This record gives sequence, C-alpha cells and structure tokens, in this order.
Amino acid sequence: MARPFTPKVVTANALLEGDVIYQTADDRWSRTLSEAEVLRDEALAKQRLDFAAQQAGEVVGAYLAEVKIGANGPEPTHFREEFRLTGPSNYFHGKQAETAS
Amino acid sequence: MYQYTDFDRDFLAERNAQFRAQVERRIDGSLTEDEFKPLRLMNGVYLQLHAYMLRVAIPYGTLNSAQMRHLALLAEKWDKGYGHFTTRQNIQYNWPQLRDIPDMLDALAEVGLHAIQTSGNTIRNVTADHFAGAVGDEIADPRPVAELIRQWSTDHPEFQFLGRKFKIAVTGAEHDRAVTRAHDIGLRMVRRNGQPGYEVIVGGGLGRTPMIGKVIREFLSQEDLLPYLESVLAVYNQLGRRDNKYKARIKITVHENGIEKIRELVEAEFPARRARFSGIDQVLLAKFEAAFANPDFRTASTDVYDVAHGSDPVFRAWADTNLFAHKAPGYAIVSISLKAHGKTPGDATAEQMRVMADLAEQYGHDELRISHEQNVILPHVHKSDLPALHATLKKHGLATANIGLISDIIACPGMDYCALATARSIPIAQEIATRFDELKLEHDVGPLKIKISGCINACGHHHVGHIGILGLDRAGVENYQITLGGDGTEDTTIGERAGPGFSADEIVPAIERLVLGYLDLRESREETFLDAYRRLGAAPFKAALYPEARADAA
Ligand code: HEM
Ligand code: SF4
Repeated sequence: MARPFTPKVVTANALLEGDVIYQTADDRWSRTLSEAEVLRDEALAKQRLDFAAQQAGEVVGAYLAEVKIGANGPEPTHFREEFRLTGPSNYFHGKQAETAS
Repeated sequence: MYQYTDFDRDFLAERNAQFRAQVERRIDGSLTEDEFKPLRLMNGVYLQLHAYMLRVAIPYGTLNSAQMRHLALLAEKWDKGYGHFTTRQNIQYNWPQLRDIPDMLDALAEVGLHAIQTSGNTIRNVTADHFAGAVGDEIADPRPVAELIRQWSTDHPEFQFLGRKFKIAVTGAEHDRAVTRAHDIGLRMVRRNGQPGYEVIVGGGLGRTPMIGKVIREFLSQEDLLPYLESVLAVYNQLGRRDNKYKARIKITVHENGIEKIRELVEAEFPARRARFSGIDQVLLAKFEAAFANPDFRTASTDVYDVAHGSDPVFRAWADTNLFAHKAPGYAIVSISLKAHGKTPGDATAEQMRVMADLAEQYGHDELRISHEQNVILPHVHKSDLPALHATLKKHGLATANIGLISDIIACPGMDYCALATARSIPIAQEIATRFDELKLEHDVGPLKIKISGCINACGHHHVGHIGILGLDRAGVENYQITLGGDGTEDTTIGERAGPGFSADEIVPAIERLVLGYLDLRESREETFLDAYRRLGAAPFKAALYPEARADAA
C-alpha cells in the first residue's frame, strides 16, 4: 500500500545570501516558513519543486521538506528543518536574530 | 618566514579575477548551479545550512601577525565578527554573502593567503606538525617540504580531477602531532645512514571507513619525494574507483588491491616520473629551507618567569598546562586555548585574533600556528615574556588552562552549520566542558582527548579520540554514539564502539560516568585514561557507561 503523502513545503537557499527560503503560493520566496505554500498533493508538490528548480538565478538546492500544521501554519517535523528555521545554537545569529529585531 | 614571489602574487590575482567573473556570471544567470558548484568548491566556497561558508587555507598552519590581522579584518568586515579554526589548519567563515566573496579573496591575497584547493577532488591544504621548528625531537622542520608540496600540487594539471579529495600531512618529529597515519599520504621524516629522508605512509583516512595508513616506502630520499608522490597519485588516479563516492578514497584503493600491488605499480611508474624532474625542485627546497630558518633566539634570564611561577597560582596552572618544551634554552612553546569552557571549540573573535597577532609580533618572532586541535600556538616565546603575555591573554578570554585536558575538545561544526550533518556537535562540546569545569575535576583527570563529529564523515576526528562521540539521526532524534580507545599519535588506533548511543540529554551524564569510572579504575594519577583503557580493555569502561546493563546481568 502506498504511504499517504504528508504535507510538504518547497525550501531552498537564497542565491546571494545563502539564507533559508520557502516558496509561497503566489510564487515568491519568503524567509518565513509560516508564509510557505503547503503542498498536500504529490503531483502538485513535484510540479512546484520543478518550478522552483527553474529559478536558478534566485535559489540554490530546492527540495521538499515535510511539515505539520500548527497554530501559525506549517511547522517542521524534523530537527534539521527546525535548525534551518532558527539558526545555529551556539550564537544568536541567523533567522532567530532577524526575526527578533 | 617564506615570502611569496611575484609569480605567486600574479597567480593569485589572476585566479581571483577568474573567480570574480564566475561569481558574476552565476549571479546574472549565465551559469547554472550545476556549472558553478565545482568552480566555487575549487575556491573554498561551500553552501551550508544557513549561509555560504568560505574556507581559507593556512598552509601547514603557519601565519605571521599581518596575516592573522587580515583574518580578523575578514571576520569583521564580511562575517559576523568571528572565524572558526578547523582540524585541517584552515579557517572557516560561516556567514559570507556570495557577492562579497571575491572581495574577501582579494583581501586575503594582499597577505598571500587564499582558498584554493580547500575543497573539491584535489590535493588539499598540506598540514604539518604545529610545533614545527620549535621542538627538540625533530629531524628537520617539515614546513619547507610542505611548501614544496603545496607549490607542486597547486593547479597541478594532472591532479585537478582526482577520484576524491586527497590529503597530505608531514611531520619531522618523532612524536606525531600531525596524525600522519590518518591521511591519504603521511610523510614522516626519518634518517638512514645520516641522510634525512621520508617514510611514506599511504591509505589512511577517517570518514565512514576509518583506516590506518600503511607504509609503502620505508625510506625515500629527499630528491625522490615529488616524483614518488606523483607516482602514487598517478596510480590512484588510474586505479581508484570512480563508480562509488564512498569507495573513491585511496584508502579503499589500497585496501582492495593490497599494499603490495600498489607498491609495485608505484615503483613501476616511478623511473619515468623521476627522469622528468630536473632538480629545480631541490633548488626551491633549499630556498624554502632558508626562508623557514629559525629566528635568532635570545639568551636572557628567566627569573621573571620563575618568580611568577612560584607566586601566582593562576599563572602556574596555565604554564603547567599550556606550555611545551622548546628546543632553545629559555624558550617555551605557548598553546593559546580556543576552548574556553562553554564556548565554541576553535572559534576566535576578530578582537582575539588581533590580540594574538599583537602578542606574536611583540613576543613571538612574528609567528603563529593553528593546530589541528583547533588552538593557536605561539611557537617561540622567551620565558621572561610569559607573565606579561599571560596577563594580556587573560584580559581577552584566551588564558584557559586546559590544553590536552577534557575540555580541550575537537568538535566539527555539526548541524549548527554543516549541511551534511546528522546531529549537532558544538552544544555537546560546550556542555561537557561546562560540566567538568563545574566539577573542578579536569586537572585531576589529566590528559584526555574527546573528539566529536556531527556525522559519519568524521571531520571532528572522533575515531582517534580517547573518547569519540559521533552524532547521528536515529528516527528523527539526535543520538550520540561513543567510541573508546582511539589515538591519533604515532600509535594510531581507531576507537571501538562502546554500545548503544545516547540521546542529547543523556550524553553528558554518560561521559561523566565514564570519566568518574576511570578515576576509580586508574592505578595512579600517572595512568592516563588511554593507558588505563589499554591495560584493562573496554569492559570496565562499558560497565561505567551502561550501569543498567550491569544491574540486569547481576
Ligand atoms: C561544513 C563543511 C564541511 C563539509 C561539507 C565537509 C565534508 C567532509 C566529507 C564529505 C568528508 C568525508 C570524506 C571521505 O570520507 O571521503 C570529510 C572528512 C573530513 N573533514 Fe570535512 N567537511 C566540512 C567541514 C570540516 C571541518 C570544519 C573540518 C575541521 C574541523 C573538516 C575536516 C575533515 C577531516 C579531518 C576529515 C576526515 C579525514 C578524511 O578525509 O578522511 N571538515 N569532510
Ligand atoms: S563530520 Fe559531518 S557534520 Fe561534521 S563537519 Fe564533517 S560533514 Fe559536517
């Protein structure tokens, strides 16, 4: 039996800054996971990923990351995605610092 | 110290201009990422989890104060005010922006530094004993030959597309501080009939398949070195596997074909290669030897040192732990710990880099070294200058007295930065150091090397840690596996897995049980953790780690 498709978002790194970014439903790249388009259908997810991969001038290394739906929209299910969303644990740098300011 | 020639400078300038054009073409869309990636990797540019990373080579770990100040400048101007010194005698910047990297490389070139061949399937930055030129147990300073290898390997047309990365380490000393047996090629200087030459070790490596290098040539004379290295690389280039990235390192080639066959092939290749060397390399080597000659050591009284050592317990603790015997009377080798308890192993702020540069200039014949244990060394300091030097270090958070002790931990960047990581390593190092500082036990515990990697690639050298910690992803949770009894010195040993892994919450208490267990097991204070492990075997240490298992068995 095929496993049910779990919700995903398209994520990548920004070409210029290397920062973690997420694809939105209106074809933008957001620095914030809560703005990401949640993909619940496998065929659509593949299509959106292909679309992302074509934007070589803006993004690097697009892939599908699994999410669960929380109070503020999509949230990571794996600790790696959690760290990408936050920044390093040894310094208050990266996303955690940007959202705080 | 070796000064770059006009040729080197022109080469660097041209190479940087090339890369600048490549970055522009990537940004304007004329290069795809697939096309750009190998180009950026050739110039030390990685994409990590949160940002780009620039890896700058510190050839054989040697820097002068101007170079160190430039490293500080880069940290401040284009990064977040710090840099990370690595086990491969490199420095990594974790936050550069793609557009700025060409400027960073130009700034480095001003002081003869670069990022060439710090990544990709090439011959990487050649590493050497960080005490080179300062210790007594040395046949010769290994850095002239390391420089020779660096120049020969840089942009060597035959070896730009090897099957995999290739790492060479050199030591001139009896005691191996360069982990030569865990490199693709390790060179140990030896003497035969009074003549200096090299023992050549091949096929060592860590990573997912750790292997100890094997001796392929017991004695190689100095003038045969480069043609012999070329022969080894040529054989590897032909025979090495390209079908599977995980089997591509020369350690696998040696393992699968046997050292005898590799030796035969290399010897068969050698005469033709040897014939092509005109001797110019030996002229260069002589030039490098002159450039690396020791500074004029002074003769002076060490009274100031003796008084401070007798009267100031903080200075004494630091001196007894962080100094190493120098070959010149009245001198000492100073290790500056980048392992303040609770801080990130190997990190230094721009301010700290400048302080170390100033100290090197004022007291250390303008020389600094980066050790593979992620500390900074001032190789030549007269003892009479040590109290003043220590006072300055103290003011800048650089006087931690822990060299070789449990909190002098090697840790790779792990999942705080690295895109390949399966778990974090830095916080584990921070917590272990903080815990043993609270317990006030580390001087009592004595020499103990903990090494942590955030994935199976083993950048943190965990296989050769007395206690190795490997971070893994077990069903979506960070999990830490312990290995015991590893050793990276001349008695290189790969550590043995102790048993099931520990969660992030359990790992520090587990290390504490293990170390307290050792204190009960040792015969005397003189018996180190590693000695006790070798005497007793793994069983009593495992019992300390897994008390439940013992209870179950009872
Ligand atoms: C974050 C960027 C890094 C990446 C992507 C990376 C990647 C790798 C990979 C893939 C290997 C395994 C090679 C193999 O087995 O064929 C490796 C090995 C190694 N790396 Fe790194 N590494 C990184 C950072 C570091 C750092 C920070 C250090 C020094 C602290 C380091 C030092 C080493 C060492 C010593 C080895 C094992 C020796 C060997 O090559 O067998 N690496 N690295
Ligand atoms: S050991 Fe793994 S996690 Fe650590 S730096 Fe190397 S590749 Fe990254």
